[in-house]
Amino acid sequence: MLIERKWKKWVYFYLPMAAFILFTLFPFYWMAVTAFRPDPELYRTWRQPSATPLWTLEPTLEHVKGLLQTTAFPQWLWNTMAIAIVSTAISLICGMFAGYALARLKFRGSEFLGTAIFITYLVPQTLLFIPLADIIRDMQLGNTPWALMLTYPTILIPFCTWLLMGYFKTIPKELEECARIDGATRFGAMVRIIFPVAVPGILSAGIFAFTLSWNEFIYALVFMASAEQKTVPVGVVSELIRGDIFFWGQLMAGALLGSVPVALVYSFFVEYYVTGLTGSVKG
Amino acid sequence: MANVSIRELNKKYDNGFHAVKDVSLEIRDKEFLVLVGPSGCGKTTTLRMVAGLEEITSGEIRIGDQVVNELPPMDRNIAMVFQNYALYPHKTVFDNMAFGLQMRGYAKEEIAKRVREAAEILGIEPLLARKPRQLSGGQRQRVAVGRAIVRHPQVFLFDEPLSNLDAKLRVQMRVELKRLHERLETTAIYVTHDQVEAMTLGDRVVVMKDGRVQQVGEPLELYGSPANRFVAGFIGSPAMNFVDVAISAAGDALWAEAQGLRVRVPTELAERVRPNAGKRLTLGVRPEALRLANGGDPAEYTFGSAVDVIEPLGNEILLNFRAGGVPMVARVDPGVRLKAHEAVRFALDPDRLHFFDAKTETAL
Amino acid sequence: MTRLLESEKLLAAALLTPGVAILLLFIAYPFVMALWFSLTSIRVGEAGEFVGLANFEKAINDTIFQQAFKNTVFYTFWATVFKLALGMWLALLLNRHFRFKRIVRASMLLPFIIPTVLSAFAWRWMFDPTFSVMNWMLYHGGVITDRLPFLSSGDWAMWCAVLVNTWRGMPFFAITLLAGLQTINPDLHEAAALDGANAWNRFWHVTWPLLLPVTLVVVVFSVIQTFSDFQLIYVLTGGGPANSTHLIATYAYQIGVASGLLGEGAALSLFMFPVLFAVVWFQLRYLKRMENA
Repeated sequence: MLIERKWKKWVYFYLPMAAFILFTLFPFYWMAVTAFRPDPELYRTWRQPSATPLWTLEPTLEHVKGLLQTTAFPQWLWNTMAIAIVSTAISLICGMFAGYALARLKFRGSEFLGTAIFITYLVPQTLLFIPLADIIRDMQLGNTPWALMLTYPTILIPFCTWLLMGYFKTIPKELEECARIDGATRFGAMVRIIFPVAVPGILSAGIFAFTLSWNEFIYALVFMASAEQKTVPVGVVSELIRGDIFFWGQLMAGALLGSVPVALVYSFFVEYYVTGLTGSVKG
Repeated sequence: MANVSIRELNKKYDNGFHAVKDVSLEIRDKEFLVLVGPSGCGKTTTLRMVAGLEEITSGEIRIGDQVVNELPPMDRNIAMVFQNYALYPHKTVFDNMAFGLQMRGYAKEEIAKRVREAAEILGIEPLLARKPRQLSGGQRQRVAVGRAIVRHPQVFLFDEPLSNLDAKLRVQMRVELKRLHERLETTAIYVTHDQVEAMTLGDRVVVMKDGRVQQVGEPLELYGSPANRFVAGFIGSPAMNFVDVAISAAGDALWAEAQGLRVRVPTELAERVRPNAGKRLTLGVRPEALRLANGGDPAEYTFGSAVDVIEPLGNEILLNFRAGGVPMVARVDPGVRLKAHEAVRFALDPDRLHFFDAKTETAL
Repeated sequence: MTRLLESEKLLAAALLTPGVAILLLFIAYPFVMALWFSLTSIRVGEAGEFVGLANFEKAINDTIFQQAFKNTVFYTFWATVFKLALGMWLALLLNRHFRFKRIVRASMLLPFIIPTVLSAFAWRWMFDPTFSVMNWMLYHGGVITDRLPFLSSGDWAMWCAVLVNTWRGMPFFAITLLAGLQTINPDLHEAAALDGANAWNRFWHVTWPLLLPVTLVVVVFSVIQTFSDFQLIYVLTGGGPANSTHLIATYAYQIGVASGLLGEGAALSLFMFPVLFAVVWFQLRYLKRMENA
């Protein structure tokens, strides 16, 4: 650490850091305050002298209760979680297999395939959602979770493949060769030796894929029609606004509770998530 | 005047580790001072505090007559050569050397002049347009030195600059650095763990251990009159032989005894050793102070042993044997012809014996 | 069976099949379909007929689309600039050692983790004309006397969108750039400090050039995501007021799904493709050049 004068430290570090933290976390605080604020207080205009937007003195659970009891929110939570877990699983398996094939096996066209998979990552969902809606309808999957469980992997597989490919490349070849001499087939060596060793990489890819899955919106919006099939992001957006009226209390409660599962999972695996995030860029 | 004054310098890390303990040194203008010691002895930390790269816990550092404790590195008018060279990978050799001058706003012509001068001194002119990754280790090291030279600083700081070079290159660079110092006449502080570098390069050498200064002095002083057992064993290769002996008085004479070894304490040392009669001391004798006894050697300075391993080095022969219950090494002429396990008598040079207190390890 | 599990070529084919199948079925095929749709007058319920480039022509002459395209460029440009600048600054701050570093770093990523629509709603509530907490703060801070038209005026709304996108995407930049920063040998900064470079010069001459490869990759990713963004505007303004804040994606949705004009919608969304393709191609070429240098 270089020597620097004390006041410099305050100006160049503590102040900006505090500003960043405030900027980043304020909306979440705001979400929480609004979710627990009783309606009359909620709908006080900002001009009123009695307005105390930054805190509430009478926290209430009425919005949360309303959310859980009168809307299909619990159903949405369940849907989103199930879809996220299944699509992550599918993507991980495809990614592990494909990543291994591209990293370890020599065959014609491997470079081409690698680049092709990379390219698909760059085709945005907002380009494909119109024809995809048709395809999903033709396959009779409209308004079922499978519509999403099969389409989310299109976003997740390229990334998983790529991240895991890079990870597999760092595992010494000798491990597999030893296993094969000991009697395993290539496939067996892959499953029994490589995959266990690559668990950190797999976890990273999995966590990142999981959060991406929760964040998806447009496919869920277009493919899911009935309230019980919706995911949390779509449900909160479409069902909590009746007519022109926004039920802000419930909306923010929904936003808050909808964020909790992802945030929880993330908080247990922060390091893995960061590895997944930075690995996706370094690849 | 570019003398450096370090007074009661201390460095304590947040986790409690006390890396540098009450180090005081007065470095003279134009002097080449070497800090030497094993890993973790605090030499690099001390250097970094002089550079301004580490905060000082307590104590004072002056460069010239200015107290620099609070000064950031760039204001101290010093230059440093890093162990890993720290060359800017994306800049050419020329730009690497010019960077410091550019930062300080020197004119383009002046910069070009100084860079070419330094490049000429170091023999790296043909490399000026290359990038660091296109250079060999030795070339990179020269560029690192060149970067320091162009700044014409008051003090040069070297942090183990030769450690990453192979043995032959290291020897070559050692000589070049010494020549460079004589030409530039600038104060230099040099850190190394290699005692050979310390002895060959330093005007004075500072031996450090566990954060403290063990001894400061000219190389031959450290060699001939080590202040304690650590310095005695650190300087010189192969290391000094140490034997645990019992001192006994027989009339006027003092004798040092250990298993199979009985030698007389020379008269010059007798006064200092006498208070320890009846106690144990550590006897130290360098391999080069031992030779095979011939008929003319006084018996009181000889002892017998059997040779274990013979290492012929060409210019000398190292004999490994046991005496006084410990393994020992002697350095003898290449003409000696011996067989393993042959019984021999060794003679030691009475002028080159050292005694150390058994507990405090200081020299008597 | 053993042959399958052993042979390199067969095994590779087998392993790649599931992934490639999904990608072919749900990306390649729809992409081709989108191209086809855009050339027909297909709408929900009727197959339509081939109309050549009529849909594209219509789009180019559509004033709303022109605005949407301009908005998308504006939005992408400014959001990326701010995300890069703030993300870099934050990365530099996070690169130091300080207490609570781990927890701060973890919480800084929250905007990126939390589903966009949920946090976008929170922002929308913060911008609400009658109940906005921002108005409240600025009013009590003495900065304004009347409310700011955050989402009710086209220009203001676009800037608000840029703000929210920056808020959301900045952590991505920060964390990735931080990882890049940590690969830079710290000796280089010390050497630069000794060479007389102050903090800004150290950044400009040492940090920035060495971070350029990572920066480029992050920027490209971000541009692609932002240019094709849908969720944020959909929630924040829905494209309004009066269609003034549409992005290409939200307008394509409005035409294609809400109005059922599939062919025209597909054409609209295809306008994104050339830009995205150009950005990626540019980056690949630059990276190749850097590798060979």
